[in-house]
Amino acid sequence: MKKKFKLEDLDCANCAAKMEEAIKKIPGVNDASVSFMTQKMMVDAEDDKFDAIMEEVAKVCAKVEPDCKILM
Amino acid sequence: MNKKQKKMLLRIILTFILFMVLLVLEHTGVLEKLQSPVLLFFIYLIPYLMIGYDIIYKAARNISHGQVFDENFLMMIATFGAFGVKEYSEAVAVMLFYQVGELFQSYAVGKSRQSISDMMNICPEYANVEEDGSLIQVDPDDVEVGTVIVIKPGERIPLDGVVVEGESMIDTAALTGESVPRKAKPGDEIISGCVNGSGTLKVKTTKVFDDSTVAKILELVENANSKKAKVENFITRFAKYYTPVVTIGAVVLAILPPLILGGGWGEWIQRACIFLVISCPCALVISVPLGFFGGIGAASKIGVLVKGSNYLEAVAEMNTIVFDKTGTLTKGEFKVTEVLPEKESGISGEELLELAAYGEGYSNHPIANSIREAYEKPLSMERVTKAEEVAGHGIHALIDGKEVYLGNAKLMMAEKISYTENRSMGTVVYVACEGKFAGTIVISDTIKEGAKEAISDMKRVGVKKCVMLTGDRKEAAEAVAAELGLDEVQAELLPGDKVTQVESLLKNQGEKEKLAFVGDGINDAPVLTRADIGIAMGSMGSDAAIEAADVVLMDDDVRKIAAVVRISRKTLKIVKENIVFALGIKALVLILGAFGLANMWEAVFADVGVSVIAILNSMRTLKDK
Repeated sequence: MKKKFKLEDLDCANCAAKMEEAIKKIPGVNDASVSFMTQKMMVDAEDDKFDAIMEEVAKVCAKVEPDCKILM
Repeated sequence: MNKKQKKMLLRIILTFILFMVLLVLEHTGVLEKLQSPVLLFFIYLIPYLMIGYDIIYKAARNISHGQVFDENFLMMIATFGAFGVKEYSEAVAVMLFYQVGELFQSYAVGKSRQSISDMMNICPEYANVEEDGSLIQVDPDDVEVGTVIVIKPGERIPLDGVVVEGESMIDTAALTGESVPRKAKPGDEIISGCVNGSGTLKVKTTKVFDDSTVAKILELVENANSKKAKVENFITRFAKYYTPVVTIGAVVLAILPPLILGGGWGEWIQRACIFLVISCPCALVISVPLGFFGGIGAASKIGVLVKGSNYLEAVAEMNTIVFDKTGTLTKGEFKVTEVLPEKESGISGEELLELAAYGEGYSNHPIANSIREAYEKPLSMERVTKAEEVAGHGIHALIDGKEVYLGNAKLMMAEKISYTENRSMGTVVYVACEGKFAGTIVISDTIKEGAKEAISDMKRVGVKKCVMLTGDRKEAAEAVAAELGLDEVQAELLPGDKVTQVESLLKNQGEKEKLAFVGDGINDAPVLTRADIGIAMGSMGSDAAIEAADVVLMDDDVRKIAAVVRISRKTLKIVKENIVFALGIKALVLILGAFGLANMWEAVFADVGVSVIAILNSMRTLKDK
């Protein structure tokens, strides 16, 4: 399943790249992209575990850029 | 400016005033009278914390999360270093300048984000649905297929549909870049995202919102960002190594020289701090994607959707372009272009056309349709007593009791009728009446408006080879190619042959050379996928083609291709300028810094100053004319 999320207060482009990389490493995530320009995040992950994966995504994002909020 | 930025601006102003006061006091010698370095340290700590508390907080927090090499941390270390060597005013100034740069950077990014979203502001907010005699506004998402919606003057068309009532002029500029409004009357299809003119329209929707043109376009543009260009990937990889390398360089610079050469630590620590300030690759990480984003935005402004930065990059390297003929270079509409009665038969042009129209009266073939269309008058088919098709040859008919043969050269030869051969570019129909040759009718596909200009534009921007592929007859294809000024033409191809042709052309391409295929998508989706860049016609092309293509021409105007090449070249040029400029300045200051020739100010310039300049440069990609 592919889903898009809006991001708030994503202030640094380097962080976006780091977040993207960290999300891609989460098991169950097929693909992910974090766009600094559109302030959007795309996560493509396995259907049955999607919610659990998103929790993990939120966690790794907070690690990289604690100010950035994912609007779910 | 948003709230956060305003708050930052206030902090900067207050700190600046305080800092100026301190500087004046220092230079007039007032501070020296204090005689206490500790007191001096605390005095400068006030503006430092005022401007930098959040940096220190973030740095500490990120370290606890295991994120060591971020900007905040580096700035903290650099300014702590300055404090350590008793350069108090420098520490404050660096932090201040850094924050000014950051603010400006976030402002500039916000601004360009805004202008891009304005440009893509084609998303309709509501649809008017009639319910119990009154209009209610509903979310376009909730409108089902087949619902009749009302579009008032000046409103944005929310969903694709067919006009059932009303007439209006529709402004399609947001989608196609075409400034001349298009007329819409009952029975016409209209597409979402366009703006209605002065008439009220009632439209029966044909698609749900998610499948409508506007939703597709928005999705394409948003996803365009995730397909990264080679340059972008290079920068991402580069950034990963750059920061650690420079940081290690700083550590080495701080420790090794004093140990080997002996002498003061302060001097070398200061030089190391310069390294740290420069170690953020932000200028590149922001400006490169921003440049591509702007380029894609500029292309969509003229009605061309580029589906990713990688395709924009490929377009810049395009040197061969392959066109499908029908629907791309020609209109795909067959028209009678020549009526040539044979002089000896004494028949007039009108009579010749009449014979042909009656002869083809029962046929549904496109050629028959275009002959009847050219004849214009209604047919009284009782005049035709017999009409039979001679497979692969043409038609044999009895019209007013006269024996009429219509068809190709083979038919004439089979019937042993001597005819005048015609070598025109279109489809040739020979007409014979009562065993005698009566004349020739030529039907051809008309060349699209601007197709010739498109080819010459393409040559001007440096496309070396323009090739046309077609299933048509060789003569017809060559005549079109000659008129348009194409370099190569491959005719009489079966649909499958197009892929093979493109593949053999691809084989002859160099590493840095890209091949584009332009088609209307009617059975050429495989070729679109196979080419380096697949360019499809948006308005008459099929959904499958738009899906398979990398670049979509919303208004089917092939002239736009040259414009996109120009945009892509400009984008790439700006991106490269930024890379060279940012890396050049950084390298220069790093070297100067290592030898003690650069100070903290230059380092901050090499960091945020360069970022800001690179961002401003990137924003130029948006403005393409």
